[in-house]
Amino acid sequence: MMRLPWFQFHAPTSVAEAARMLAGEGPRGMLIAGGTDLLPNMKRRQQTPATLISLARVEGLKKITNGSGLTLGAGLTLTEVVGTLAVREKYRGLWQAAAQVASPHLRNMGTLGGNLCLDTRCNYYNQNEDWREAIGYCMKKEGTTCWVATASKRCLAVSSTDTAPALIALGAKVRLVSSAGERELALASLYNNDGIDYLTRKPDEILTEVVLPGAGGWKSTYWKLRRRGSFDFPLLGVAAAVRAATDGTIEEARLVLGAVSSQPFLAGKASAFLVGKKLSDEVIAEAGTLAASRAKPMDNTDLDVYWRKEVVPSFVGYALREIRGDDMRALRMRIARQQL
Amino acid sequence: MSSAKKFDVIGHARRRVDGRAKVTGQLRYADDLTLPRMLHAKLLRSPHPHALIEAIDIARARSHPGVQLVLTGRDFPVPFGIMPVSQDEYPLAPEHVRYVGDPVAAVIAQDEQAASEALKLIEVTYRALPTIATPEEALAHPETRIHDYGESGNIHRNQAFEFGDVEEALAQSDHVFEDVFFFEGSTHMPMEQHAALAASEGDGRFTLWSSTQNPHYLQRQLARVLQLPAAHIRVIACDNGGGFGGKCDPANHEMVVSKAALMLGRPVKICLTREEVFYLHRGRHPVLMKFRTGVTRDGKLTGMHLQTLLDGGGYGSHGPASTFYTGVLTPLTYELPRFKFEACRVFTNKPACGPKRGHGTPQPRFGQEVQLDKIAERLKLDPADLRLNMVTKANSLTASWLKIGSNGLAECIRQVVEGSGWRQKHGKLPEGRGVGIACSSYMCGAGVSIYWNKMPHSGVALTLDRSGQVTVFCGATEVGQGSDDVLAAIVAETLGISTKEVRCVTGDTGITPVDLGSYSSRVTIMMGNAALQAAGRARDMLVTAAAEQLEVLPASIVLSRGRVFAAGDAAKSMSFAEAVVYAETKFGTLGTVGSYTPPKPPGKFKAAGVGPSPAYSFSACVVEVEVDEHTGWINVPKVWIAHDIGRALNPLLARGQVIGGVYMGLGEALMEEQVFRRLPPKLSDALVHKIPSLLEYKSITSLDMPEVEVILVEDPDPNCPFGAKEVGQGPLLPVMPAVANAIFDAVGVRIDEVPITPEKVLRALQLKREGKNPRVGPERFPDVHYAEPVFVLPPGEGGDGNETKDHYKQAVNKVAERAVS
Repeated sequence: MMRLPWFQFHAPTSVAEAARMLAGEGPRGMLIAGGTDLLPNMKRRQQTPATLISLARVEGLKKITNGSGLTLGAGLTLTEVVGTLAVREKYRGLWQAAAQVASPHLRNMGTLGGNLCLDTRCNYYNQNEDWREAIGYCMKKEGTTCWVATASKRCLAVSSTDTAPALIALGAKVRLVSSAGERELALASLYNNDGIDYLTRKPDEILTEVVLPGAGGWKSTYWKLRRRGSFDFPLLGVAAAVRAATDGTIEEARLVLGAVSSQPFLAGKASAFLVGKKLSDEVIAEAGTLAASRAKPMDNTDLDVYWRKEVVPSFVGYALREIRGDDMRALRMRIARQQL
Repeated sequence: MSSAKKFDVIGHARRRVDGRAKVTGQLRYADDLTLPRMLHAKLLRSPHPHALIEAIDIARARSHPGVQLVLTGRDFPVPFGIMPVSQDEYPLAPEHVRYVGDPVAAVIAQDEQAASEALKLIEVTYRALPTIATPEEALAHPETRIHDYGESGNIHRNQAFEFGDVEEALAQSDHVFEDVFFFEGSTHMPMEQHAALAASEGDGRFTLWSSTQNPHYLQRQLARVLQLPAAHIRVIACDNGGGFGGKCDPANHEMVVSKAALMLGRPVKICLTREEVFYLHRGRHPVLMKFRTGVTRDGKLTGMHLQTLLDGGGYGSHGPASTFYTGVLTPLTYELPRFKFEACRVFTNKPACGPKRGHGTPQPRFGQEVQLDKIAERLKLDPADLRLNMVTKANSLTASWLKIGSNGLAECIRQVVEGSGWRQKHGKLPEGRGVGIACSSYMCGAGVSIYWNKMPHSGVALTLDRSGQVTVFCGATEVGQGSDDVLAAIVAETLGISTKEVRCVTGDTGITPVDLGSYSSRVTIMMGNAALQAAGRARDMLVTAAAEQLEVLPASIVLSRGRVFAAGDAAKSMSFAEAVVYAETKFGTLGTVGSYTPPKPPGKFKAAGVGPSPAYSFSACVVEVEVDEHTGWINVPKVWIAHDIGRALNPLLARGQVIGGVYMGLGEALMEEQVFRRLPPKLSDALVHKIPSLLEYKSITSLDMPEVEVILVEDPDPNCPFGAKEVGQGPLLPVMPAVANAIFDAVGVRIDEVPITPEKVLRALQLKREGKNPRVGPERFPDVHYAEPVFVLPPGEGGDGNETKDHYKQAVNKVAERAVS
């Protein structure tokens, strides 16, 4: 069995205490919530924190608050998010995304906050230490070369979170708390397009809450491309949220792509294109083409990289057709291998 | 075996004997075992694909806290290998490493943590050698030798056979089809990683508990490597959490813990990580194949010339056998008057390939069945009828001298056609949906042992005592396939008791009679026949004693449902335990033995021993697919499969094996691939397994698994216990080609290689739209210098099973004479 490196373990019970500990540890410390991503990485030595500060016992991180919108504690497990009626009924895209993260076992442990902060992935990086030694390591950890594109100046590891694209489409904000204070920022601003420095979260900040605006008039969806019906990280995530007038004319739209860059991002042109239009087949096709031009899949995850780029318009089309009200159940079953 | 006979146990769907223990966690796998004072071992593996070891410094590791012992290649001067002709591995490489992951040193310490830490302190100086990444490179660079034995250069094995003049047959055919196919390598993916625990018995003897499929062969190889008498080594095969061929080879780690336990006098355990299982591998060979097949205009085969090229990886493993198996079982399914087969296995700097479920035969079966689909299309024949019209016959000989006994293939085809609604679907479903059919055959046990001997292949011992307890001993190994259930069922049926009264003691070289192991689908037939003999002998003793006691003729005694009684006289009856008491009184302590040796194969030419089997199973499969024309996305809604099992001893278990075969087959058809990443050669000589993890090596999940309709065709085979043939491997074989053929039916494109991914389908669809040949697959077959074939006349042409020694010389002379005249 691969063993964890030695580490100190702290289990604070309040956000303030956790923030204090995190500030005190500096770069030696890391937060752990469900641990489903961090612990395997520690076994493979991608991360070797001297101290782990657990959020499992921190009070209030599982709170669900209804207001004008919905506030979800970052410590909710993905299973708990999926089981939240308000999410299922009003924020369908988030519900579909959370339901497709990893496998049931991992969703029982993995948290919403953890999925948002998920380390970027690359199959030159997500390997054990011996393997990485055999290739002379890579830019993201201990090496200097990005083997995905050896001329690249930056790390091309892939943002692999499912919930982030869905939440960005829904206009979510996140609350970050440190011992020095707290701030709220748009979730989209939490990410950098850099496989190493992929989060704008400061090292002493704790992501405590996800704040969703009211869902009145909005429809949302999430389509995930992966090889199998379970386990796999996304090879493409398409999140769409649309607010339309009663005649179907779109008033606001956000189309967000995941897993085709080092960050999830709003496909701005495609989103803007939709406004003022109705979701005809032609409009959907054009939006797909516009969105696809932004996708930059790399040969560092599963399936053929050119094919992954080629199918972006199809997946954008699935999302927009579902929002239009087409019956997508048979197709969803073929793609996701489950009803969503 | 009369099919009218009513059985108490055989043929009834039962929970397998170890089922409850399995699902409630009571079974003990090798890694569950703990002994007092136990130490832990870890292996240091080569980070280079191909290099020489110039120096190893173990001093720092040796002095690391908790470390008890550090071993290197110097401690193991004797090589090993499962095949007598390929003894090319060392427990720890002494000077030459041949793939990333090749073990070079071992640390034995108080815990895994300390051992892992110490591995980092071992300093190895390597001198890199050129990397051979592919078979093409292996052939092109004979000067960079991965091994200094074999045929020449990097060619490990070259084998060629010709049964009748194939060129003549092809010349006289109405059509000759030529196709090249590729079957990507894949690994076994047992749930349980390999683990082993060795403990010295204090007097120079020791016991090794291991997750192995073949304790007998392992014992022999341990004796060789450790230079100990085999009788001093006890190998206990623990229940295996799946094997699929991946636990057939004796493995480095088993040698290392054995040696360490002997040196230290303390138990030593190792459990491989999942990455290490990918490195140990011994999985499906990547095979490039070329078929030249002659047919008549009404769709009968006239002759076939098959060439294969196997990517063997860094060591021999079962390679010589694998090479044979890429050809020898090809003629079993359809009448094939002439057959020529050339095979070549090369070494490359990757983990060694070996036997995986179907051992060497899924690859050519894929090519053959896809090519038949193309033949049917060209001749405008229904692919099911094409096959049905030329199935081999029961009790016949193939052109290659394999003796077929019972043969339910035609019935399998009929049933699967009927069950799937083939006639309403093939060629008739809307665009994007389709069905494909394929068939296959597999052996029920290899006819010859891995090492040459004339002894039984399986032995069973049985003891009975006055409590009514029956204990059956056999070297066969439970790898999850249900061999203990088969053993208990055969004994229980023969003695008229339930399986609960039978205790199985299996896979322990210290106390069980030799059985060669759980490979080649041999256990039901060979262990079963041995058990039948042992149980029959015990039954005779019970009948004699009971008849005497009941004062009736022995012939009238019936053993059924725990009672021993006189037929037709209900008053004359006793319990089974009472019968045992009388027998023990009469004969003394009760024990019997039974054994089984397969029949001699009819072929007499050199290497005629590979392929013959006491019986062959047959399968036919229909797969339905949905293909998205915009993305190439593939969905398999349903699979129908009919398997000629002879007789299902436990239909529940048999169905599970069939579904398991379909599961693995779909994985190989659609996604599984043991592939490697070569970094830009200017920057690095690395050649690494691309995805050595359970997450990234894709095999299908339960959500991806379609409904499978299993049809068991029961045509009892006289060579088999109660007529039962194999079911563990055969049903995998037709799945991959059936998927490929279904995709053609759905969207009219040919994917001539596995895995069949959406990307390949989309690429082929684009070719179709451009009016080009809508095919994705290998473009060419390299120039391989095969050996001159062993020429044997087929039975139908007056052959006697011997090689015609000077056939090719005569042929050359004839040509020369013609040229002169």
